[in-house]
Amino acid sequence: MVQFTLPKNSKIVTGKTWPKPEGATNVRKFSIYRWNEEDGKNPQLDTYFVDMDKCGPMILDALIKIKNEIDPTLTFRRSCREGICGSCAMNIDGINTLACIYGMDEIKGDVKIYPLPHMPVVRDLIPDLTHFYAQHASIMPWLETKTNRPAKEWKQSIEDRKKLDGLYECVMCASCSTSCPSYWWNGDRYLGPAALLHAYRWIIDSRDEATGERLDELEDPFKLYRCHTIMNCAKTCPKGLNPAEAIGAIKQMMVERTM
Amino acid sequence: MADVNRGHRPLSPHLQVYRPQINSVTSIFTRITGNALLVASLLIVWWFLAAATGPEYFAVADGVVTSWFGDLVMFGSLWAMWYHLLAGLRHLYWDSGRGFDLATSDKLAYGVIGGSLVLTLVSAIIV
Repeated sequence: MVQFTLPKNSKIVTGKTWPKPEGATNVRKFSIYRWNEEDGKNPQLDTYFVDMDKCGPMILDALIKIKNEIDPTLTFRRSCREGICGSCAMNIDGINTLACIYGMDEIKGDVKIYPLPHMPVVRDLIPDLTHFYAQHASIMPWLETKTNRPAKEWKQSIEDRKKLDGLYECVMCASCSTSCPSYWWNGDRYLGPAALLHAYRWIIDSRDEATGERLDELEDPFKLYRCHTIMNCAKTCPKGLNPAEAIGAIKQMMVERTM
Repeated sequence: MADVNRGHRPLSPHLQVYRPQINSVTSIFTRITGNALLVASLLIVWWFLAAATGPEYFAVADGVVTSWFGDLVMFGSLWAMWYHLLAGLRHLYWDSGRGFDLATSDKLAYGVIGGSLVLTLVSAIIV
């Protein structure tokens, strides 16, 4: 349901301003969303100052530096630091991206960091992705076959394999789905760009034998057709993929199979 | 689907923090112009109804529709109509499976804005 404003318990208040590092000349200001269950308070925006002369080039480097040297309670997910695990997805400078591959030099002025938009917050920059993962599981993200298992492997031509390029690279960071206004208002029933891109990845796989069932499953006013081609998903994808195009392709297949 | 309603967890900010971009702005204006045109069409229906009711009542309705405010609404509706039409054509193009790459979709967005402004001026001058 469309609700433009935040619920009462989610309104953001001004938080703590942490001291500037001593003797630093090249300092950058970071405003970071904070919330924890124990305080019982509303979310707040804390201000940190980071010495850029002693910090790596990426947003994640600054977050880790803040956690190590200024405020050990700052909480966020991260793992691979090279854009392949998808853990450090967050809203940075107004768009969703991976903190580890987003350069500080890509942002003008102060750096604002929030958790992925319109999600329940577990703590600080950590959103609850339970529902997002359940939606991914619902599209059967595996190869469905009916014919007998071949002696060695399910073969695929080079051309058919090429159809999976631009789809298989998705790391399920949830940046796209949480950038989508349709997903904000109808995320309970609309599958969102990430799950639909994965759905298409299996629909278009030449080895998969459940294309009809997969399309049947998606033929629903909410699951698929809440996509209005707003294109926020493709704009924000840190891996440069285009979920909007994949969704468009599914919509086309829906029409083609009735003709 | 999974239960995400864990009571007191806050909802992370969305519209409040997400940067408006050419793609999302042109998208929401498609909806806004569509709804505005619905209201404007009601105004015209009211104008016709007044004409059918009688000369006194028509004078009232006609006064509203041809006032400076009525002119403003009609001029706005003219732009809204062109904008909504061009945005609809962009959607048709997308429905054919084309125009999804970011460069093209942004170009089309600027085309919709520029095209609607030019067509509004042209039709305002002609009519």
